[in-house]
Amino acid sequence: MKSFTYERANTAAEAVAAVAAMPGAKFIAGGTNLLDLMKLGIEAPVHLVDINRLGLDAIEPTEAGGLRIGAMVRNTDLAADARVRRDYAVLSRALLAGASGQLRNKATTGGNLLQRTRCAYFYNTDMPCNKRSPGSGCAAVGGLSHNHAVMGVSDACIATHPSDMAVALRALDATVEVISAKGSMRMIPIADFHRLPGDTPHLETNLQANEMVTAVILPRPVGGTHIYRKVRERASYAFANIAVAMIVREGKAARLALGGVAHKPWRVEAAEDAPAEGIADIVLAGARPTADNAYKLDLTRRTIAACLGDAS
Amino acid sequence: MPGTEDAGLPEAPGAVPLSLCVNGKPWVLQIDPRTSLLDALREHLHLTGTKKGCDHGQCGACTVLVNGRRINSCLSLAVMHEGDEISTIEGLGSPEALHPMQQAFIDHDGFQCGYCTPGQILSALAVIEEIKAGIPSHVTADLNAPPPLSASEIRERMSGNLCRCAAYPNIIAAIQDVSGIPS
Amino acid sequence: MIGEGLSRTDGPLKVSGRARYSAERREMGEPLHGFILGAAIGKGRVVSIDTSRAEAMPGVQLVLTHLNAPPQAEVIPKSDILDVQPQLTTDVIAHYGAPVAFVVADTFEQARAAAALIDIGYEVVAGEFVLDENSAAPEWHDESRLGDLDAAMAAGAATIDAVYATPYHFSQPMELHACIADWRNGHLTLHIAAQMVAQLADAVADTILIDRSCITVDSSFVGGGFGAKIALHAEAILSALATRQLNRPVQLVLTRRQGFTIAGHRPASISRVRLAATREGQLTGIGHDANIQVSPEGNWKEGVATVARALYAAPNRLTRTRHSELDTGVCEPVRGPGEVPGLMVFESALDELAEKLGIDPLELRIRNDTAIDPEKHRPLSGRRLVECLREGAARFGWDQRPKTPASRRDGRWLIGYGVGSSIRGHYQTTAEARVRLDPDGQVIVQTDMTDIGTGTYTIAAQVAAAALGVPVGQVRVELARSNLPRGNGAGGSWGSGNTSVAIDRACQALREKLGRVAGTGYNDLFAEVRRHFPTGIEAVGSTRGMDDEPSYENFSIFTYGATFTEVGVDIMTGETRIRRMLGVFSAGRILNAKTARSQLLGGMIWGISAALHEAAHVDPRNGAWVNGDFAEYLVPTHADVPQIEAIALDDFDGAANHLGSKGIGELGSGGTAGSVANAVYNATGVRVRDFPITISKLLPGLPKI
Repeated sequence: MKSFTYERANTAAEAVAAVAAMPGAKFIAGGTNLLDLMKLGIEAPVHLVDINRLGLDAIEPTEAGGLRIGAMVRNTDLAADARVRRDYAVLSRALLAGASGQLRNKATTGGNLLQRTRCAYFYNTDMPCNKRSPGSGCAAVGGLSHNHAVMGVSDACIATHPSDMAVALRALDATVEVISAKGSMRMIPIADFHRLPGDTPHLETNLQANEMVTAVILPRPVGGTHIYRKVRERASYAFANIAVAMIVREGKAARLALGGVAHKPWRVEAAEDAPAEGIADIVLAGARPTADNAYKLDLTRRTIAACLGDAS
Repeated sequence: MPGTEDAGLPEAPGAVPLSLCVNGKPWVLQIDPRTSLLDALREHLHLTGTKKGCDHGQCGACTVLVNGRRINSCLSLAVMHEGDEISTIEGLGSPEALHPMQQAFIDHDGFQCGYCTPGQILSALAVIEEIKAGIPSHVTADLNAPPPLSASEIRERMSGNLCRCAAYPNIIAAIQDVSGIPS
Repeated sequence: MIGEGLSRTDGPLKVSGRARYSAERREMGEPLHGFILGAAIGKGRVVSIDTSRAEAMPGVQLVLTHLNAPPQAEVIPKSDILDVQPQLTTDVIAHYGAPVAFVVADTFEQARAAAALIDIGYEVVAGEFVLDENSAAPEWHDESRLGDLDAAMAAGAATIDAVYATPYHFSQPMELHACIADWRNGHLTLHIAAQMVAQLADAVADTILIDRSCITVDSSFVGGGFGAKIALHAEAILSALATRQLNRPVQLVLTRRQGFTIAGHRPASISRVRLAATREGQLTGIGHDANIQVSPEGNWKEGVATVARALYAAPNRLTRTRHSELDTGVCEPVRGPGEVPGLMVFESALDELAEKLGIDPLELRIRNDTAIDPEKHRPLSGRRLVECLREGAARFGWDQRPKTPASRRDGRWLIGYGVGSSIRGHYQTTAEARVRLDPDGQVIVQTDMTDIGTGTYTIAAQVAAAALGVPVGQVRVELARSNLPRGNGAGGSWGSGNTSVAIDRACQALREKLGRVAGTGYNDLFAEVRRHFPTGIEAVGSTRGMDDEPSYENFSIFTYGATFTEVGVDIMTGETRIRRMLGVFSAGRILNAKTARSQLLGGMIWGISAALHEAAHVDPRNGAWVNGDFAEYLVPTHADVPQIEAIALDDFDGAANHLGSKGIGELGSGGTAGSVANAVYNATGVRVRDFPITISKLLPGLPKI
C-alpha cells in the first residue's frame, strides 16, 4: 500500500473541499472496499479524507412520503430500520444477502453504491484490465468468465457490479443526492448513477470529480410483495451468480431488477407488468454471454419464474 | 499522559498520533496511517489474540468489537478509530477467569487449531446481541417480527467467520448453550 | 482415561487469545518485517531487475533477488516436499507467483510498499497449464493389475465406464504461512507454522548451508495445517537468510493470495473408472485410471487411482496413473490426499452401477465387502466397513431414501439421499517421546510432535496419565520443538498413533525402572520417585517404522467409514444445500471421544466442500490462479453446515499397535464427498462428473420451466 496522508473531516463541505484541494485524494467511509483495493495496489490515493464523523447517518421521512437515507448509514442499520423493513423490504433483503455481519456493520450506503467490481482480473494486478489501467486490455475476455456480465457488455469490459443493495435501489427508483466541491447539490436518478462499460470501463458512475454522495432518497412506498433472490453456490457470504429484485403486485412483476448480470444493476422497465412468460425475453434481449457464463441466461429466467412463483 | 501507554515501537516516517481505548485501557501511539486496526493491535499493542487470516475481510478471524459492534479489523485503518472503544478477546476473559462463551467453546470443542476462535467468540457475542436488538438476517422469515434466537439464525449470522478445521457444529452448540437455546 | 472426552488442555489459552502462534512470538524482541514479490508470469525468466526504488524507500533494510541472494544448496528438480528448497537462486520462473524478490523493512507496510516498486522485466516462455487427455505422458505409473479387467468389462451384466474430473484444491489453513527467524550467536531459531519440525529443521539447515545443530524450530501453536505446513516453503528460507544477514529477527507472513502460489496444491485429476458386475451385484472388475497434474519442481503424486485397491472385492482389477507435467505449481499433500478426489469419483461410479443394476447402493457396497486385501492377499485388520454402513443406515433412516431419482419434493427443494464409503490407510512411522517424573509430582511429556488442532496436547496428557495412573492435571506436555525427542510430526493421520504409542512405551519403561528398585506394590508413585530418584527420572519410548513392524506385513491396516447425506437442490436455481449428514467410522480405539468427533466432523465438512464448493481455477493463458483468495475460493461457512453428526464405533485394532489406535484426521472426507454427489443425483437425476457440483452444471438437467 502506497503512503498517504490522512485527515478527518467534520462536515460534508469540509470533506469535499479537502478532496478537491489535493489531486489523488479520496474519501474513505467504511473502508471495506477501498482498503481491500489499496492493499493490492489497485487503489493508491495520496490523501484520505475520513468522512466517518460527518453525521449523514440518519434515515428520515421525506415530504414526498419516502425516506432520505444518509450516505453514512451503515448497511446493518439500513436493513434493520423498521420503515425499510415494512415498506421497502426488497432493500432490507438485498442488504442482508450481502457480505457478512461484520462488513455490514461497517459498510455505508454511499460506499456500497460506489463499490468496485469483484472481477478476478481487476483484482489481479499482473493481468491487463481496462478498468484498472485504461487501454491495457481486458483479461476477462478470453479468460475465465463464469461470473462475468452477460448484459450491456463491451469489448473493453465484461465486469459486473457486485452490489446487492444497488439492485434493490434500482427496483425502488431511488435517487442519489450528491454535493460538489463548491457545495452545490444535485440529484441523480439511480438509473443514471452507474454506467455501462463501453470504451471507458474505468468510469463506473456519473459522479463528477470531487462530488460526494450525501444521501439516497427513496420515493414513497409502492406496496406489493418484495422479493430479493440471490443465487449463489454457498449458502452465505458469497457473491451472487445472479440476483433478482422483484416487487410483485397482482401476480405481476411490477418492478424487476437484476444483479450479477451487468456492469450496473440491470432493469428493463418494458418487462415490468408483462405476462410472466415474456418477462425474461425482454429483460435479456441483446444478451452477449461468453461460453462460461451463458448459463446465467437460463438461471435468470428460472429465478424470475421462481420469484413469481414465490409471490403467488 | 497518566494512565496511558506507548507501545514503544520506533516511529515510522509519516506517523501520526492516535489515541485508542482497547479493553478499557487507553493507549497513545504514533502510527503510520497505513496501519490497519488489526496490525495496530497485533504489531503495536501486542494484542495478538485478534488474528490475521486473510487481511481482506474474507474470513472474519480479525473480528473485534468497536463501540460494541463487530467489524473486521483488517479493513479499517487504525487512525479511523481515534477515541473508539475497542474490545478484543484479551478483554473478555483470561485463562484463569474465562467468559461463559469462552468456556462454552472449550466444553463443546468449538475449535481445533484455535486460530479463528477469538473472532468466532467475539462474533458469537455480537450475534446474540444483534438478535436481541431485533436486527434481521438473511434467513429471518418475517422482517417485521423480532428474529428468533434459532440455530439457523445463528448459523447465518456467524457465516462471516470461516473455520477451516470446520468446527462449525460445535461452535453453534456452544452459542446455543450460552444463549439458552435447546440444541 | 484413554478415550475419555476430555476438553482440550490448551483450550483456555486458545479461547482467551493467549496462545501465541508463530508470528505472534516476541521473546526475540521486535522483528523486522518481510514481504515477498511473486512472479507476474507463469513460466519464463527474469531478464532485468531494478531494486533501486525499493531500496530507497523508508525503513527498507534489505532487498534480496537472485542477483544477491546468499549461497544455498543446489536446487533439486522434482524435489520431495521436505528436500532443500533454495530461494532466489535462479532467474528461471517455474510457476506463477514464485518468489522473485524479498524485501525486509522496519514495518510490514514499508516492506509491502517497497516490494511494489521493484521493477522486473520478464521473458515469457509458453507454459503448459491445462490438464486434459492430451496433457498426459503416455507412460502408466503405480500400476496394480490382477486378472483381466477388459474381459470382465466385456462379460459384465452391468458395467460403468465413465470419466470424472476433480479440480485443484488448496489446504488454506486459517493461520497464514508464517515464520519469525532469529539468528543469534550463530544459532538460528525459527518460530514457524509447521507440521513436522525436525524434518523441517533438517531441510532448512541443508538449504542455507548451516550445521543442523545450529537450528531450532518451534511450532508450539499452529493454526491448522491440512498438509500445507508440511513442506518447506519460502517463508522459512527467506526469513532465515535475512536474519542471518541483518542480525535481527525477521518476520515473514505470506498473504492469503500467496498461500495459493508459494504453498502447493492438490493436483487436478481426470479419472476413468470402470466397473463390471454380475446381475446380482457382485463386482467382477474394478478399474481406475487417473491422469494427474505433476510438477517439474516437485515430486508429490496424488494417489487418486489407488483408493479402491482394498475397498471392495473383485477378481479383475486395474488401477494406474498417468502424469501430466504442468507449470501450474507444486503439488503437496492436502487433507485426504488421494482419498478426496479418488473416493469422490469412485463412490460416484459405484452409485451409477447400483442404479444400472437396480440394487440399493447401500446393499451393493455390503455385497462387495471383503475380509482379505484383494490385491495384497492378506487380512484387512479391523475391517468393519459393513458395520459402519449398517449402523449408519439404521440411524439415518436410509430406508426412507427416494427409490427413484428426482422423485421427492419439499417445496422448492428436490430431496435426495446418498451414501459413500470411506477408507484410509493407517501408517506408522518412527517416533520418540520422553517422559519425565519430577520429584515434585509433575509428569513431563516431551516430543516434537505438533498439535495443529489435532488435540495432541490433550491426548498426550491422557495417554501418560493413564499409563502412570496419575490425574491428567499432573501431566505437562511439551511439543513441537526440534530439540525435543524426534517424531514424524502431524501428517498422514499418523501423529496421534505414533505419539501415543511412544509415550505409553516411555511410561512403561519408567514403571519398569521404578519397579526394579521399588517393586510393584507401591501406592504413591511420586513418593517412590523422591525416595529412589531424588532428581527425577525419565525414559524414552519409541515406535518403529511400519516396514520394520511385522504386523504391517501380516495385515493391511486401514480405517473405514460410511457417510449418509440428505441434500436439497433448488429445482429452479440448482443451488445445492446439505440438509443433514451422518458419518459412522471405525478407526480403532478412540483416544479422546470429544476431539475425535470434532476431527471426523471436520473431515466430513471437507467432503461437503470437495463435492460442492472447492475448486481453484487456473488461467490457461498464463498459469495464474484466478480465484486465489477466500472471497472466490469457496470453503463452507456456518450456513452450509446444518445438522451433522459423526459416530466412532467402539473399536480396537491390535494389529496397528498395542493401544489399538489408528488415525482419524483424514478419514472423514473422501466417502463423504461421494455421498454428497450421490445425494445430488438422487435428488435431481443429474449426474455431474466434473467436480465440484455447481449451479451451472446442474441447471441443464433440471426440469424445464
